[in-house]
Amino acid sequence: MNTVTLTVKKVPDLYLECENVNPDAFAGKTAEQIAQLKAFQGKEITPLGEYFTITGQAGATAADTKVVVNGDCSKMKYLGAKMTAGEMVVNSDADMYTGSWMSGGKLLVKGSVHSFCALAMKGGEFTIEGNAGNYLGAAYRGDWRGMSGGVLRVKGNAGSDVASFMIGGEMIIEGNVDIHLGTHMEGGKIILKGNANRRVGGQLVKGEIYVFGKINVMMPGYKPVRDVDLEVDGTKAKFTEYIGDLGERHPKRKGEIVYGKLYMKK
Amino acid sequence: MSEYLIKNGHVFDPVQGIKGDKKDIAVKDDKIVDKVSSSAKVIDAKGKTIMAGALEIHAHVAGPKVNAGRWYRPEDKHFDSHKTPGITRIEGGKSIPTVFKTGYEYARMGYTFAMEAAMPPLYARHVHEEIHDTPIIDEAALPVLGNNWFIMEYLKNREVENTAAYIAWLMRQTKGYGIKVVNPGGTEAWAWGLNCLTIHDPVPYFDITPAEIMTGLMEVNEYLGLPHSMHVHQNNLGNPGNFEVTLDTLKLAEGVKPKNNFGRTQVMHSTHLQFHSYGGTNWGDFHSKAKEVMEYVNKQKNITIDTGNVTLDETTTMTADGPFEHHLHGLNHLKWFNVDVELETAAGVVPYIYDPNIKVCAIQWCIGLELALYAKDPMRCFITTDHPNAGPFFRYPRVVSWLMSKKTRDQRLNTFKNADKVINATTLAEIDREITLYELAQMTRAGPAQALGLIKDYGGLKPGMNADIAIYNINPDKFPSDGAEIEKAYGNVAYLFKDGKICVQDGKIVDMGNKHTFWVDVKVKENKQVMHDIREKFLRYYSVNENNYPVPESYAPHQHIIALDATQA
Repeated sequence: MNTVTLTVKKVPDLYLECENVNPDAFAGKTAEQIAQLKAFQGKEITPLGEYFTITGQAGATAADTKVVVNGDCSKMKYLGAKMTAGEMVVNSDADMYTGSWMSGGKLLVKGSVHSFCALAMKGGEFTIEGNAGNYLGAAYRGDWRGMSGGVLRVKGNAGSDVASFMIGGEMIIEGNVDIHLGTHMEGGKIILKGNANRRVGGQLVKGEIYVFGKINVMMPGYKPVRDVDLEVDGTKAKFTEYIGDLGERHPKRKGEIVYGKLYMKK
Repeated sequence: MSEYLIKNGHVFDPVQGIKGDKKDIAVKDDKIVDKVSSSAKVIDAKGKTIMAGALEIHAHVAGPKVNAGRWYRPEDKHFDSHKTPGITRIEGGKSIPTVFKTGYEYARMGYTFAMEAAMPPLYARHVHEEIHDTPIIDEAALPVLGNNWFIMEYLKNREVENTAAYIAWLMRQTKGYGIKVVNPGGTEAWAWGLNCLTIHDPVPYFDITPAEIMTGLMEVNEYLGLPHSMHVHQNNLGNPGNFEVTLDTLKLAEGVKPKNNFGRTQVMHSTHLQFHSYGGTNWGDFHSKAKEVMEYVNKQKNITIDTGNVTLDETTTMTADGPFEHHLHGLNHLKWFNVDVELETAAGVVPYIYDPNIKVCAIQWCIGLELALYAKDPMRCFITTDHPNAGPFFRYPRVVSWLMSKKTRDQRLNTFKNADKVINATTLAEIDREITLYELAQMTRAGPAQALGLIKDYGGLKPGMNADIAIYNINPDKFPSDGAEIEKAYGNVAYLFKDGKICVQDGKIVDMGNKHTFWVDVKVKENKQVMHDIREKFLRYYSVNENNYPVPESYAPHQHIIALDATQA
């Protein structure tokens, strides 16, 4: 696997839209060619070379390419967005849309990310070592297709509206979240190691949410049905199983109504 | 003064009956002329196809429900909101493009006119604001009248003259072009929690049936002598087995004679027939009735239709058939937008994905193509996608490639996930017909121009007609055998002349043209009764003042007014 290293040499005045910073855009290119790829800042288009020092060479395909980004990326959007394969490491904080629409490969952000990251993520592994903002793994504004595949892990906390419209895949948040976790969810699995504020699983149709900590205010549409022993993300414990959201439509399978599940660690 | 001479091209013009002969076309200012001076700019169209600018007879491209689609679907335009080089503005949106993209896309395909198919009269101002901002193409809008309280009250008592006076007044207030009917009676019935699923279901309170509304409006249309006929979106849209209602509706035209000075020969235009040609009793035994419906259309000469081709895209459905959109939302659970327009209509918007892996969607795709391929008279069958309901209009090049190449459409048909079931439920596989360039010119130029009453000036290349001309990179002597090639050529004109000005060159927009808004101003005898009724309804029911209802001149500064006198009718 070949490695391309980008080092920020100029922090943009506004925000740089790095839709071309990912293994797919770099594949088959030399450092000079990569420096010529375009990025929007506001309405202006500039070559990546103006903001980054670029060294190394990409592999022939995205799968053979590793991208390392150093320096302050807190004003860079879309890092690793839409990547399908390969590896990418961001040794910094990153702005919005990081890892959004990604469908394969491995993405690691060593710092924190802003809102709208991992939007509609389809596959691959995305790890955030710091915190994440709002709408993590949710659907794009207006859309009804949130995260649908892959594994997303946040080592810190996440904001509100996390996993809205989630339809598949697995999300692990090791810290706490704010309001509206898994709203409109229709599939997939959320593991929350910390606490949640209010309205967890509002209008949830299908899917599973595991909560290790406390929920500040429980939704009224959830009903406890039994206690179960489970192993969740390496932890064995007893959980109370709830079904819900009882105020929402639910599909039927073989004559049985399929409810969403919420597991609270005892 | 500008002059052009387009030489050596293959001309397809149903108005003059020219079927691909090499003929020079001369243009002086905004008209096609017999000859031009030696200083005229020469355009070599060797190996290219020349047709008049195409006319869109039915699309939802401007107004409140289109805009509702735009604002409640930001996801529709997220990935294409960047500016590209050139004189064009940002082209955002797919199924519900911005007004700018709408104008550019039509022009790039060789279109020079588009009819906004459903203008809620109360929101006519919004429609005209968007039409005004749509570049290049001429446009007009049809006010929606099939659930209007005035009309239902007058027609219940068979008051044709009063209905005509009201419609003439309304067309002047809204700068409208003709009479549009959407789910007649059904949308009003929905306000009472009901619908009209056959043409004999009574409308609650008003005690009138859809059949009576449509028969009355056809009579009024001919009484006024409007350029276009009554334009109907029938009852029971989109339901299995609805073809019987469709035939019942079409039969209402039997014996009705067109009366107009525009060369129009039909009394009813039945739109997006694809949604109305369904057999079966449920989605399981759903199948095509396109053949049966077209057998009737072929022999009944005083009706025209458009297809409503499914393009197999993710799109945004929108119609003044409020109950249908509610029903659709119940089927796919996607977001539903609804607006009730007081005494007039009610519209809904729901996103929809025509997934080629779903049997019903694939059958719908077949039905749209079957309709066009069974049409014996291409002057009465027009190609549409009921944009954006069955698919976005910028897919016309793809629809055309399916119609013009059996190989291309069979390739699509045979690779559906449920190909066997789809082939059994339709007759598309048995059809060998390929639409010719001449037939295409009939279905997209001369045909719609005649149906809209514009054939004297538009839809042809005869000297004296408007210089709206599309030149395609298609050589009829070496007609492309590959569908993708047809699609590319039809989607990117070599040249588009609009009013004698080159607006598109090699698929690139080079000029914004001089767009016009067409509307019809009919003079009728003074009618005190109707004026009294209007005043009373505004005082009692409307949320706006009567004086705030009309569309002011400033909303449509570039008007093309078709003036009519019906005082002697």
